[in-house]
Amino acid sequence: MSRAVEESNRRMLRARDAMDRDYAKPLDIPTLARIAYVSEAHFIRTFRATFGETPHRYLQRRRVERAMFLLRETDRSVTEICFDVGFTSLGTFSRTFTDIVGEPPTTYRWRAADLRAVPACFAKAWTRPSSFGEARARRED
Amino acid sequence: MPNKITHTQVYVLDQDEALDFYVGKLGFELNTDADLGFMRWLTVNFPGQPDHQLLLEKPGQPAHDEATAEQIRELVTKGAMGMAAIIAVDDVHKTYEELVAKGVEFTDKPTERFYGTDCGLRDPFGNHLRIGTPKEGPIELPDPAQFAAENTP
Repeated sequence: MSRAVEESNRRMLRARDAMDRDYAKPLDIPTLARIAYVSEAHFIRTFRATFGETPHRYLQRRRVERAMFLLRETDRSVTEICFDVGFTSLGTFSRTFTDIVGEPPTTYRWRAADLRAVPACFAKAWTRPSSFGEARARRED
Repeated sequence: MPNKITHTQVYVLDQDEALDFYVGKLGFELNTDADLGFMRWLTVNFPGQPDHQLLLEKPGQPAHDEATAEQIRELVTKGAMGMAAIIAVDDVHKTYEELVAKGVEFTDKPTERFYGTDCGLRDPFGNHLRIGTPKEGPIELPDPAQFAAENTP
């Protein structure tokens, strides 16, 4: 029993490592399932049971995290960043980013730039992601 | 005053397989392999450095009940046990090529960073290790703009 779980975890980890490493490439479920040596349906189900979210969502979060970084720290355009991190459609990127971060890429960039003018201790206190549902509220505006 | 690390520990699922990897592939040598009855005390070190040993410990009885040991094994194989060690080499690119040829599983290729050039790998069980060539001299933390410029894909 436990050996099977361990073997399965190890395979799922291998696929997750591939997402962390190759997020900018066109990774799809068939490719990832092949890395994990399992069928596509089994892969999605098992990955979720192992890491608490679907592989699709994990890859989206990885890409959005990279996009947040690039929006904050570079002057590249939103469109360039969208393709830099592996999205193939600006619409999907914008929708996914807003869903995860709580505001669109451009707004996020504008706020992040604004923060540079603020003493770090204030930025730290006021940019901490809230647990009180503001992201969802902003989405529903 | 405490001033030296002599042993660090990593959980492994199989101690023979761990030896194959840490000694056979990464280049450690065996330091101690002792049957203490209640456990197999198995340590390795890098050649010429017996004063820093890596303990390859197998979770299980009597230190852990079976359910706890199972949880540890699950966390190891999920890659959730953090970083086992950061290892320095003279030429990280050369070492990377050699280890790839030996079938070692890398999470990322050698990448130049402000602290040096390094890459990440997994042991057979899921533990994360890093191998790198640190930059010589004092390391200066980059300002955000410089950091970003170096990290643009």
